[in-house]
Parts: sequence; structure tokens; C-alpha cells
Amino acid sequence: MSARTSEVATDATAPPTAVDLAKARRRASSVRLPLVGAVVPRRQLLVVGALGLAIVVLALVALGTGDYPLSVVEVVRAMFAGDGGFDTTIVLEWRLPRVLVALVFGAGLALSGAIFQSLTRNPLGSPDIIGFATGSYTGALVVITLVGDSYFSTAGGAIAGGLLSAGAVYLLAYRRGIQGFRLIIVGIAVTAILHSFNTWLLLRAQVEVAMAASIWGAGSISLVGWGQAVPAFVVLAVLAILVVALSGALRQLELGDDAAKAHGMRVEPARLALLVVGVALIAVVTASAGPIAFVALAAPQIAVRISKSAGLPLVASALTGALLLLAADFVAQHLLPSAVPVGMVTVVIGGLYLIGLLIGQARKKP
Amino acid sequence: MTAPRLHADGVTLGYDQRVVSRGLSADIPDGSFTVIVGPNACGKSTLLRSFSRLLKPSAGAVVLDGKAIDRYKPKEVARAIGLLPQTSVAPEGITVADLVSRGRYPHQNLIRQWSAADEHALWAAMAATNVESLATRQLDELSGGQRQRVWVAMALAQETPILLLDEPTTYLDIAHQIDLLDLFAHLHREGNTIVAVLHDLNHAARYASHLIVMKDGEVITTGAPAEVVTAELVEDVFGLSCLVIDDPVSKTPLVIPKSGQWKD
Repeated sequence: MSARTSEVATDATAPPTAVDLAKARRRASSVRLPLVGAVVPRRQLLVVGALGLAIVVLALVALGTGDYPLSVVEVVRAMFAGDGGFDTTIVLEWRLPRVLVALVFGAGLALSGAIFQSLTRNPLGSPDIIGFATGSYTGALVVITLVGDSYFSTAGGAIAGGLLSAGAVYLLAYRRGIQGFRLIIVGIAVTAILHSFNTWLLLRAQVEVAMAASIWGAGSISLVGWGQAVPAFVVLAVLAILVVALSGALRQLELGDDAAKAHGMRVEPARLALLVVGVALIAVVTASAGPIAFVALAAPQIAVRISKSAGLPLVASALTGALLLLAADFVAQHLLPSAVPVGMVTVVIGGLYLIGLLIGQARKKP
Repeated sequence: MTAPRLHADGVTLGYDQRVVSRGLSADIPDGSFTVIVGPNACGKSTLLRSFSRLLKPSAGAVVLDGKAIDRYKPKEVARAIGLLPQTSVAPEGITVADLVSRGRYPHQNLIRQWSAADEHALWAAMAATNVESLATRQLDELSGGQRQRVWVAMALAQETPILLLDEPTTYLDIAHQIDLLDLFAHLHREGNTIVAVLHDLNHAARYASHLIVMKDGEVITTGAPAEVVTAELVEDVFGLSCLVIDDPVSKTPLVIPKSGQWKD
């Protein structure tokens, strides 16, 4: 045990030596990314590459599947030939928006889930569990009941409802800062209240209104066209940039508030910014597509298991979410006897997953 | 005498309504190995937390280089003062090198995420704590003693001249406690200012160059262990009647409790 004191400590201010660089190369079979210089384990890069490949393949298959089937070769030709033929119209104008929406929305939901689960340190601390999706539904319902069903007013109502319920959960859970477990419990309580409020709204509404609201509430991306997708894409892209900017803070918060503060982080402002970005991500998706359960909950957990990373990996989570929603929408459109909203598929898979998660958590605690 | 780099100037410390210390002043002599001792709940960890900007005094100020620390940018303070918190959490499956590298946060920004200097500091910190060979291992696989060394390495990676340690030896067996204290003594000899909260008075007397003795939120006395640790002081502060003799190994004061019914 006394061997250490005889060691010569290296001068930490000296420039790096060849020895340091050799050590760096040995480090956990990691890869140094160009420009930012971050060191990333090779396995995580491989997982990101594999997910990307799977997405491309599934997207090509999805673009070719439907009442007018196309082979993968025909899909690629239709995309790049630009001859304006019937194939091009089908692929680019009918099917591509839906595929892109599934991918981008899936990624947005997964990022939102990764942020929340990381902040709450709990795989259940997902925005769809702790009230924000239900709050969005409430907002949409109120707007549909009062103003009528138009895309942008419903979207606005959903965003407002999501943000308001998020704000309510945050304030109710705030006690000398935010603590993960309290956030989850308060979130579940708020979800229950909003659920009964939603039911009451639906019961009081006229039949047509209730129908429109129920379709929205099932969570579907089939009705989203370019006109609605593009604004959502722009907002989600901005939010994704913010997530990148805040990712360092997220990694610090994983070490506990004391360590994060000792490293010079402004903990509460950073956490609030992450909460706002996380809520905005799910609110934008929910506004356009209705509540889609399960993706935010499961994608980060699947991603962390396959990439074996420390903490929830953001890029891999986003790609997993994209792949999940695309796959779920494929199932909803093509593999069931009659097409259903994608939200139905994710709810069924999500229910099973949630049960598994709860059993796993119960087993962990003696 | 000029004021030391780090000192508390009439601070009132507490949580919510509960005041732990009122108008407390304490100096951390430059280049010292300062140990804060006192009975449970005397406010020693609270004082340490205020030194590391984790707890903002409701009155008075903790002063670093002549300026209140809450008037610096948080990252500036984090480049001068490092902290080993009492409890830390690590994400599941994190490797030693990854964890230690997160101590570089105060030296990084959006553009400059990981530089050669960061890499160098990472390996220097792991070398100083003798965890280099564990760099690619997962933290969960390590023993308690090794794990604590990794946390120390994370604080060292911050490359701060002042290092605060909140009960660093709690939960470790005696060999690992001594091992870790030797490490701190080594860092102290290399010119770092070390401030630790310790429970074991004999360890404090052996390793500290400067003691701060606290009771009920107040500083009772300060000074070199040989001058400060007496039977009267231990009786007064801890309510324990004892003998204080010379430690036969280190020649520092050794506290031997007199009371106690260890046999019938």
C-alpha cells in the first residue's frame, strides 16, 4: 500500500507527451472524434452506425410498401431520378413525409425521454409517464372543444397544455431544488387528475368534437403532411442543437448535485433549461401527432443496453427512437388486418414494456 | 500577517430556517493540511460546504483571494477549489477514465470539449491516486477503497491548488483509511492546500498541520495538533474523559478514552 508515495508525480501543467498520447489510444478501445476531440468508446460508434443502417434499410422498405408496392431499387431510382414519374410522386410526395415524420418525431420523443430519465435517475421518469403528454392532450381537448379542430390551433393548445402541466409538476415538486423521485410521484398524480378532466371534457363535448379529439388522442402520424411537418422539423432541429449544447451539463448532473456544483456548474438553471427543452421536444411532437406513448419511455433504455454506455446516450437514444417509431408505424399501416393509428401500436408494446420494467425494478429492491 | 487565500469571514450558515453557525470566521492557512474536527452535527461539514460554494452563507462571506466566492463565475471557483463530496453518484457502467475525465468540466467549454491538456490532467490524476491500471475498468467492479481513490482522482483532475475533502475515509477499513490519508499527505507535500473533515481525532492529530476544532456551530480553537489536542479540550468538546499521550510512532497527540465499560 505504501508503493504509491514513492511514485514520482507528473507535472500536470506540462504539455502532453508521446506517452500520454499512447495511453490515450489504449483507453477503452476508444475513438477520438475530430474537431471536438471527445473520446468515445468504439462500441458506441458501432451501435450508432448499426442503428443508422437499420433506419436506412427500414425506411427504404417502408417507402416501397403499400397498395402500389415498389422494390428497393425502384424506390432508390424514384428518389434520385427526378423524372417526375408516377413512382416519384408516390415515393416523394405520398410516402416520404410519413417516413420522415416517423423518424424525426421518434428521435424527438426519445431525446425528451433520455433527458427526463437522466434528470430523474429513473427509467420511469419519462415525460409520457409524468404528465406532460396528458397535459398536451388536455390542452388540445380544450382548444378543440372551444375553437374547433384545426391543425395549428390544436397544436398550439397541445403545446400550451404540455408546458402548463410541466410547470405545475415542476412547481409542486420543487422543494429546495428538484429531486427525481418527487418529480415522478407528483407527475403521476397530475396525470391522474388530468386524465379525469380529459374524460369529463370528452363526455360533455358534442359527438363530432369528441370524435375529432379521440382521433387526435390516439396518436397518429398519418394525417401529418409537409405543411405541418416542416415547421415541426425546424423547431425540433433548434431543440436538438440546444440538447447538444446542454449535454455536458447533463453528464455532470449524473454525478449528483454536489459534484456538479463543485465542478462549477450552475445546477438549478441548467436543470431548468434541460426540463424546458425536454418538455418542448415532446410538446412539439404531441402537438403534431397526438400523444404517442412508449417511445420516450423505452428508446433511451434500449439504447443504453445495446451501447453499454455510462448514462443514457443521446445520439443512440435518438436513433433508437427514430427506428422504433418507424417500425411501429410500419406495423400499424401494413402488418395489421386494418390500419390503426401508430399510437395504438406503441401503447400496446409500451404497456408490456412498462410491466417488465416495473417487475425488474421491484426485483432489484429487496 | 496577510490574509490567507481562503477564509470564512463572519458567515451565518444553515438550511432553510435552521441556523447551524452564526458569525463564524475561520482561516485556511495557505499550503496547510487543515482538518476540521468536532462532534457529530457541530457544523463541520456545513462549513466545508460553504468553502466549496455548495452552501451560500446568509450573512458574511467566504473569501477567495480577497473576493467573495459567489462573486466569481462558478467555473473560476472550480478551477481554484476542488471538492470530494461526502456522497457522489455515478451512472451505472461508467469506466474509471470516463468518471475521472468529468473532473475536467471547469476547464472546458462548448467549443473546447477535450484537449491534450485535459488528457494529460486525466492521466496525472489517475497516476497520483494509483488507479491508472484501472482506467478501463467499470467503477461498479472496484472495491470501496479503490472507488474512493477514483473519486479523489476526479477531484484532482480539476487541477486546483485547494482541495476540500468531506469525510473522505468514512466507510473504509483501517488500512484503506491510512492509505488514503497517506495520499492526502503526499498531495499536501507537493504544495496543495488540503482541507478535510475527519471523524477520527487521532488521524486528524497525526496528519493535520492545522486543526479547526468546532462545537455547536462555533470554532472552539485552532492551531497545530500538538498545541491544541489536550485532555481538557477533548473533555470540553466531545464530553469524553481521556488521556492524551504521545503517539509512539508519529509523536503526535494520541487520545485514549478513560471512561467506558468494555469488560465487566
